Amino acid sequence: MELWYSIIELLPFEWAQSGGMYFMKNALLAVILMSPLFGLLSTMIVTNKMSFFSDALGHSGFTGIAIGALCGLANPLWFAAALAVAFAVLFSLVRRKSNFSSDTIIGVFSSTAVALGIFISTIGGRSFTKFNTYLIGDILSVNPNELLLLLITLICVTVLWVIGINRLTLASVHPALAESRGVKVFAYETIFSAIIALVVTMAMTWVGLLVINSLLILPAASARNIAGNMRKYHLFSVLGALVCGLAGLFLSYYVGSSSGAAISLFLALWFAVTFVIGKKKA
Amino acid sequence: MRNIKHNSSECSGSCCLAVHNLGASAEGENIFHDVSFHVHCGEIVALIGPNGAGKSTLIKSLLGQREYSGSITFTPAGGGSQRPLIGYVPQSPSFDRGEPVSVLDLFSMCMTKRPVFLPVKKSIRSDVIDCLSRVKGESLIDKRIGALSGGELQRVLLALALEPVPHMLILDEPMSGIDVEGMQRLKEMLDEIRVKYDLSILITTHDFASLEGFADKVLLLKDTIIKAGSPSDVLSSAEFRRVFNLGGEL
Repeated sequence: MELWYSIIELLPFEWAQSGGMYFMKNALLAVILMSPLFGLLSTMIVTNKMSFFSDALGHSGFTGIAIGALCGLANPLWFAAALAVAFAVLFSLVRRKSNFSSDTIIGVFSSTAVALGIFISTIGGRSFTKFNTYLIGDILSVNPNELLLLLITLICVTVLWVIGINRLTLASVHPALAESRGVKVFAYETIFSAIIALVVTMAMTWVGLLVINSLLILPAASARNIAGNMRKYHLFSVLGALVCGLAGLFLSYYVGSSSGAAISLFLALWFAVTFVIGKKKA
Repeated sequence: MRNIKHNSSECSGSCCLAVHNLGASAEGENIFHDVSFHVHCGEIVALIGPNGAGKSTLIKSLLGQREYSGSITFTPAGGGSQRPLIGYVPQSPSFDRGEPVSVLDLFSMCMTKRPVFLPVKKSIRSDVIDCLSRVKGESLIDKRIGALSGGELQRVLLALALEPVPHMLILDEPMSGIDVEGMQRLKEMLDEIRVKYDLSILITTHDFASLEGFADKVLLLKDTIIKAGSPSDVLSSAEFRRVFNLGGEL
């Protein structure tokens, strides 16, 4: 961390000076680590048409936190992560076994999760206010241990991407073709869902449940507007996420707003720009 | 015209896929039962039948993607037996028009382990051009798969199924979603491939008019194979008329 702080001091911002404002320096590192992670996951969520699914995972994460808090666990996030993974696996299974379309199944799971979360967190007339931090998120609260966790996650996801991207993409653009070429479509889908579940739960406290899905959808949705192949798709998605992440963090610092919301707004703007560029090219 | 010399019911020394007493069921109900047939190398066999007759299930069984009873054996030329390498051309899917996957991406995803988000090696690119040249589709290499026409997509998927060159090619409804010209082109191409690589081709189709002069053998599936023979034999049979409600009695 010391190395990071000394690098930051080279920047010409008042908060970048030595000896203070560590929360902002941590947040900056968090955005630098988190944006590429979301940019990568985003490409696959959009290709796989899982936008609604990742939203539902956030809801199940919230339920996990509510249950964890009820049980008096010191850090309900671990419980939330476990529950979100279980949710992801269960969802994959139900989708495979039933005849309903995905959006109906997601709707069933998602509404149940939210209802359960609110029910548990308000039992005995307790106030819901303490859960607001999960809804809005606060990236300035990120601490060095969490940054390490974020770094490890980014490395793991990158490794998985290098090993599995070909089969993962094939499984999502054409499951039948993938299966005929020996790709275990179900296994890949389940592993991928579980990873989104983990990342969503982890990032929920920083970005906020209400806007986290925009970070998972908008980078790749924007990249699709202008990319003609997989290389550009990944490049634009990761770069777009990173630039919007930084811009959002800085804006929120100077106007005193929520960072997650500011980042989402920049991403929405980026989407609008790429949309126009894409239309002009076509 | 071509000249198939095989005895249609026996493998008789040449390479052949033998399906014997194949059966499949789902949720306790039989989809089909006692299906037996042979497909020889260099032969084009059409599998026809009404919707729900089990054509797709039969294909999945051949591909080893679902459980079945009975046996499927492949005998290469010269005897012995081995697991057949099957090239599969799925029913034309409708890709998102905006899908950022180019034809080159699709091939490199299937052919190499190199992550598709890295720049493509020159050698891979030339391999893919070789593959596409088998279906006269070299010019499609940088197109997005969502931007291909039905016929172009069909050819790309065919080129993909030929890499590596399989023992047998299975095409699911290749005639649907392409225009008359595209269909003619596809038929000529399949005929060429059949001769060039000496592989057997199994197609499912609802386009009966195109079978004459194209398919060597037609299998009519409804619960089991109720009629097998040359296109004219099957299409003029009482079984065919009965299954497709065209009048006539068994």
